Amino acid sequence: MADLSINLGGIKSPNPFWVASGPPSNTAYQAHRAFEAGWGGIVWKTIGDPIVNTSSRYSGLSVGTVRMAGFNNIELTSDRSPETNFREITEVKERWPQRAIIASLMVDTRERWHEFVKRSADAGADGIELNFGCPHGMCERGMGSAVGQRPEVTERIVGWVMEAATIPVIVKLTPNITDIVYAARAARKGGANAISLINTINSITQVNLDNLVPEPAVAGLSTHGGYCGPAVKPIALHMVQSCAADPEVGLPVSGIGGIANWRDAAEFIALGATGVQVCTAIMHYGFRIVEDMIDGLSEYLDAKGFKSVMELVGKAIPTVQKWEALDLNYKRVARINYDMCIGCNLCYIACEDGAHQSIDLVPPNGHGLGPGRVPGKPIPQVREDDCVGCNLCAIVCPVDGCISMVSIDRGLQPMSWRAYQDKLGRGEVKPIPAHP
Amino acid sequence: MPITAKLRPETAQANMADIAPAFTPQEALIEANRCLFCFDAPCIQACPTGIDVPSFIKKIATGNLSGAARVILSANVLGASCARVCPTEVLCEGACVVLDREGDPVKIGRLQRYATDHALASPRQVLKAPAAKSGKRVAVIGGGPAGLGCAAELAQLGHQVVVFEKHPQAGGLNTYGIAYYKMPPEVSLREVEMIKSLGVEFRCGVEVGKDVSAAQLEKDFDAIFVGIGLGRGARLNIPGEGLPEVVEALEFIEQVHTRPLHEVPVGERVAVIGGGNTAIDAVTQAKRLGAREAVIVYRRSRDEMPAYVFEQKLAQTDGARFMFNVAPLEVLSNGTGHVTGLKLARTAGGNRKLQTLPGSEFVEPFDMVITAIGEQKQGALLKRLFPALELHPKGMVLRDFATGQTNLPKVFAGGDCANGGREVVNAVAEGRKAARGIHAFLAGRKVAGPVQPSRYGVKGAPVGSGFDGPIRVAELERDYAKKTA
Repeated sequence: MADLSINLGGIKSPNPFWVASGPPSNTAYQAHRAFEAGWGGIVWKTIGDPIVNTSSRYSGLSVGTVRMAGFNNIELTSDRSPETNFREITEVKERWPQRAIIASLMVDTRERWHEFVKRSADAGADGIELNFGCPHGMCERGMGSAVGQRPEVTERIVGWVMEAATIPVIVKLTPNITDIVYAARAARKGGANAISLINTINSITQVNLDNLVPEPAVAGLSTHGGYCGPAVKPIALHMVQSCAADPEVGLPVSGIGGIANWRDAAEFIALGATGVQVCTAIMHYGFRIVEDMIDGLSEYLDAKGFKSVMELVGKAIPTVQKWEALDLNYKRVARINYDMCIGCNLCYIACEDGAHQSIDLVPPNGHGLGPGRVPGKPIPQVREDDCVGCNLCAIVCPVDGCISMVSIDRGLQPMSWRAYQDKLGRGEVKPIPAHP
Repeated sequence: MPITAKLRPETAQANMADIAPAFTPQEALIEANRCLFCFDAPCIQACPTGIDVPSFIKKIATGNLSGAARVILSANVLGASCARVCPTEVLCEGACVVLDREGDPVKIGRLQRYATDHALASPRQVLKAPAAKSGKRVAVIGGGPAGLGCAAELAQLGHQVVVFEKHPQAGGLNTYGIAYYKMPPEVSLREVEMIKSLGVEFRCGVEVGKDVSAAQLEKDFDAIFVGIGLGRGARLNIPGEGLPEVVEALEFIEQVHTRPLHEVPVGERVAVIGGGNTAIDAVTQAKRLGAREAVIVYRRSRDEMPAYVFEQKLAQTDGARFMFNVAPLEVLSNGTGHVTGLKLARTAGGNRKLQTLPGSEFVEPFDMVITAIGEQKQGALLKRLFPALELHPKGMVLRDFATGQTNLPKVFAGGDCANGGREVVNAVAEGRKAARGIHAFLAGRKVAGPVQPSRYGVKGAPVGSGFDGPIRVAELERDYAKKTA
């Protein structure tokens, strides 16, 4: 069985699955339950001066019948005293010495940072995470994303923290910034041991169409909340890869953002995350989801011949390049398996109205009997010469494997846009004619 | 012994409760989200009224129930009753691509019921008749599904419509002849109310040919639609048929609809003679009203039963028994004046060669016999009303399928009296087609039918929705089985 343990910037954990800082990591009670379920680590809900929360706090985005495809919250940092939080960290660490406990912190002055960093280490935490990402409430008080959005401030405060730190320090980054890599570089310059990303994204999930107030509604008003859940995964993957691939960052990454199962986790790890943090999925289903995360990742690593999860870290980073490096001579086309086709013709209309008009509806000629494929009902047929291989038909097709995208060998040498520009400059190729 | 009612009121009600109860909003939302929103959905083609099924289901999914109901009712004004009584298994749901994908189609019928129930219960009118009237008047003879389909469409096209119905209530078999557990009469009556709100006038309890002559209608109206359905049940023509406990299936079902359920008399041992869907309706309702035993007596084999397979299964679930390849020779009374049993004989040979086997006679005890061997065509009545009307030798009205027009230019026809007896949905569709035919006749212009977009320019593909040329999945499968055998 593959070794699932990780070492993230000096923080060791028996598996790569951590409970992210948030509502599920608020108390010792929850931490005990998380560890009993099997989580490798927990990032405590951000400790600072206790705040006061509003009553209505969360809002979910349903897509069809899928609940919490997206999710947002306007909850602030811990509403419990630092004394209580640090005492509970000590208590939990004593009972679960092999698991990782990370104290998430958010304070303001240099002195206060020194004080809280020391108290974290004294409490027995394995590491510290600096919350520079919270996009609601705290930023109005000059903390959270107000720090993370300004690389020079990030660097300065990380510097303060490192002056006092005796345990590894992770900087949690906000995605609410033009290019997150600059914030990651600032963390590096300030001396951090690792970065974690992404924090939540500024959002309004929905407007109640009866009273025209967005959710979550607090006595007839709402506010911008932090967006998370499965819908943000693609954004998080992009940012994790960007930071992990940047030579000036050069820090281990703790991946966060829409991770709900081992597949999501494996994708983050392949794109450079040493471990992952999970919050929304726990809020949806409870701590028990970690069981399949551990089991599924383990099975996957064994099946692919990885001896440890650390071997997977960053494996997919090199396959993400700038657009200019992609081969302009590569061609793929859609092929429809008529034995599987159920006759919805969504591929046809998607191509016709939404893409490149390369699918015809033609007489069935023998294809198509049985439910949904009634005689005479036209079937879709791809004009392969016109097909640009965009994938849309295969994406909309409701039957897995019915439409496959097939690589076509046109006998051409690979040529990227970069190479194309060079060759054009040297007069070695003629301009590729514009699409009609 | 005379037969009596068997059950207490609450038991009778419970036994006859909705076989497919209304969806809750949550159920409807989940089901609606299963629809793939096909580009050229086969369900539309399978629906004889051509309801744009994906369109109304999408509207349910977005919470636009009035819009959903409008899509349904503008294609099929009896959408609420069809949602309950249509054999969806061989129509829309049988064609659903999700059946192919998941082995279980989208529950189109129940979703349709969800949307139309909302419309029937809502004070907001979904369908509207134009304020400007054409000044033309049309008489509709028969207030059943065909007549209602015709009347509603004509009203929406601006014509003035009077429906003549001999029963005290309109709705035809929808009001009096549907298995109670599929639909209580109230649904049909609410639909009639909705059609009234379009300005259609109903003269119930008025029999054309008796209370008013057809010739008078020809004088008073610019056009006439004949939708008189079928007549009384066909007779067995065997001794003992006149005994008091021998009842026609439709009469039995009408009793279920016009009397309190716990007062409908039913036998201890009931024989239902026939193998069609009406026989099933009769046997299941007899069982549900307390018959200890209810038996389908069918002269051919199980494979030859015209009843849909899912209806046969329903009868089995209800505990009915089947006797195949037996024919009734005599209803016995043993001199009591009441049914005591059936003298039966075994049969052999399929199709036209069917014959009873000599010496195979036997007696089965029964105290009630329900006959369900089809209804009589209305040839004689039609000839009496319109002596010049051209009829099929079997007694159906001959009419142009697309317009409903008969050989008499002013007279149009549709529904069972023209098609010989099909589903409610076929009758509504034919009524609506005839309305368009009448409109073209009166206004001199045609109303375009719905067209499936994918059919444009595709050679050999059927054009239009099921309204123009419905497919029937069961028939398709039979053809397919033949072709591939």
